[in-house]
Amino acid sequence: MELLLAITVGALYAAGFYMILRRSLVKLIIGLALLSHAANLFLFTVGGLTRAGVPLLDGVEPATTFADPLPQALILTAIVIGFGVQAFAIVLLRWVYQTTGTDDVNQLQTTDIGS
Amino acid sequence: MKLLVLAPILAPLITAALCLLAWQRMWLQRAISLLGGVVFTCSSVALLGYVYSYGIVVMQPGNWPAPFGITLVADLFSAVMAAVGSIVGLAVLIFSLTGVDQQRQQGGFHPLLHTLLLGVSGSFLTGDLFNLYVWFEVMLISSFVLVSLGGEKAQLEGAIKYVTLNLLSSALFLAAVGVLYSTVGTLNLADLAVRLGDADPSGAPSVAGRILLIAFGIKAAVFPLFFWLPASYHTPPAAISAVLAGLLTKVGVYAMTRVFSLLFPLEGDSTQTLLLWTAGLTMATGVLGAAAQNDIRRVLSFHIISQIGYMIMGLAMYTPLALAGMVFYLVHHIVVKTNLFLVAGIVQRLRGTCDLDRLGGLYRDKAWLAFLFLIPAFSLAGLPPLSGFWAKFILARAGLEAERYLIVAVALAVSLLTLFSMTKVWAEAFWKVPPAQDTPATEIEGSEGLRWMVVPSAALASLTVAIGFAAEPLFELASATANQLLDPKQYIDAVLGGA
Repeated sequence: MELLLAITVGALYAAGFYMILRRSLVKLIIGLALLSHAANLFLFTVGGLTRAGVPLLDGVEPATTFADPLPQALILTAIVIGFGVQAFAIVLLRWVYQTTGTDDVNQLQTTDIGS
Repeated sequence: MKLLVLAPILAPLITAALCLLAWQRMWLQRAISLLGGVVFTCSSVALLGYVYSYGIVVMQPGNWPAPFGITLVADLFSAVMAAVGSIVGLAVLIFSLTGVDQQRQQGGFHPLLHTLLLGVSGSFLTGDLFNLYVWFEVMLISSFVLVSLGGEKAQLEGAIKYVTLNLLSSALFLAAVGVLYSTVGTLNLADLAVRLGDADPSGAPSVAGRILLIAFGIKAAVFPLFFWLPASYHTPPAAISAVLAGLLTKVGVYAMTRVFSLLFPLEGDSTQTLLLWTAGLTMATGVLGAAAQNDIRRVLSFHIISQIGYMIMGLAMYTPLALAGMVFYLVHHIVVKTNLFLVAGIVQRLRGTCDLDRLGGLYRDKAWLAFLFLIPAFSLAGLPPLSGFWAKFILARAGLEAERYLIVAVALAVSLLTLFSMTKVWAEAFWKVPPAQDTPATEIEGSEGLRWMVVPSAALASLTVAIGFAAEPLFELASATANQLLDPKQYIDAVLGGA
């Protein structure tokens, strides 16, 4: 299971970085989304996977094997933050497209060259 | 008195919420914002006073004992940063009352500024690595909106780059948090420090350390990772640039210092060498980039990078004097850099441009403005007796004592180049005869409300002069801070012991 998740995380990171390096703004957003998914899944995998032992307490006795709830809480927080940030990024992208009339990142150079 | 730690977080939070409630009534929103800013500044300064007299203050808001719950810690470093941050925050707030146009103020400038300040003080005061991530995000999302607020073409172009690279840095930060939790099993900074002390230094935690270095390096805009900064910082209105320039990169420096003093102390390992090289290259590239620019705000943006190099230099040398120099430099830099952007905002208001080719004759028309510029500009370059001189003097002295001559030479050369670029701005904008074709048409419209833009700028300038003439108390404070940073045991005992 760890191996499968590790490969998935690697693929997500690779795809995310690749998409960020593309010239289209839409692909940039997709890349950022993939990258945040990769980070969340990485956090999940690296936090330790435990199967079939979910609750902390088994009846009244503490369970012998249980999943660590903290990484999941962290991921939940990170997902919510990522959701908000991506929603903003999509609005920003639309705004940029409306104002500049292009979705090619290479065209967005006027601030670097100077007025 | 433990509630005092909470005050610099609660004040901007409540203010932002109240500002949102008063969305329709601009005068009420401004009044709430100003009042909240004053309360915020007072509470942060009071916290600094308290920490300086009584030692580290720790609070567990959820009442869970230390390594399990959320921890807020104010040691001297946190408190100094929070206090200086709140002072420049208030200055920018006063400046923005007339310095930011109505449209942007109605579009939510005040609540956004307060959430930004909330994120900044939260980052300084948290005692938990994951909470630091959350506060970073609070700070970033409000800065994203502030950068793009108004929606001018240049702003949006800058915002895309700013957002992309900062999100990348956050993803890396999160990954490092994951690695640390999986190998060490805690995220409380004090607990991490204890357990990392026992851990194998060459294993997975050190990988996490390097990832954190890159993540905070992007935020702090150090040498190979700074490209988002000159692409975006000059695009929004001056008040917004000023608060970003003054505070955001410095939060990166703060986080880096915290991690490399508490979690991974820099004692002669390869990270130290890496940081020293980074510091030198950051200083040099920043100042050379600035020399090639022809717009006041772009020059200033590049100078932020070069100044970050000095702070990293202080951190990298890791002696008591060097760290004291870093803290001194941080305080000096936050005040001076914010002020320079505010002055650039006044120039923009008077002349309608910050382009050096189109400016000129400001000394003849507005001699007071010239002096307002000269004080922070000379301080930035490090001329005695202003604050920048002492900051650079302490760092250079620390470098000579540590026998790191190369970095000292770089620092001094960069300082000369800084002076060159400040005199260039002076000569072009203030001294030379203005180009004939566009003599100011915006003057009449511009002078309205100018007083409230000048007051905070003059206040920050007098603070610079005050630090320069009375450097001793601040140096005492900086040394105490450095000693606390070099002795992580105090921090650990305060968090884990007394809870």
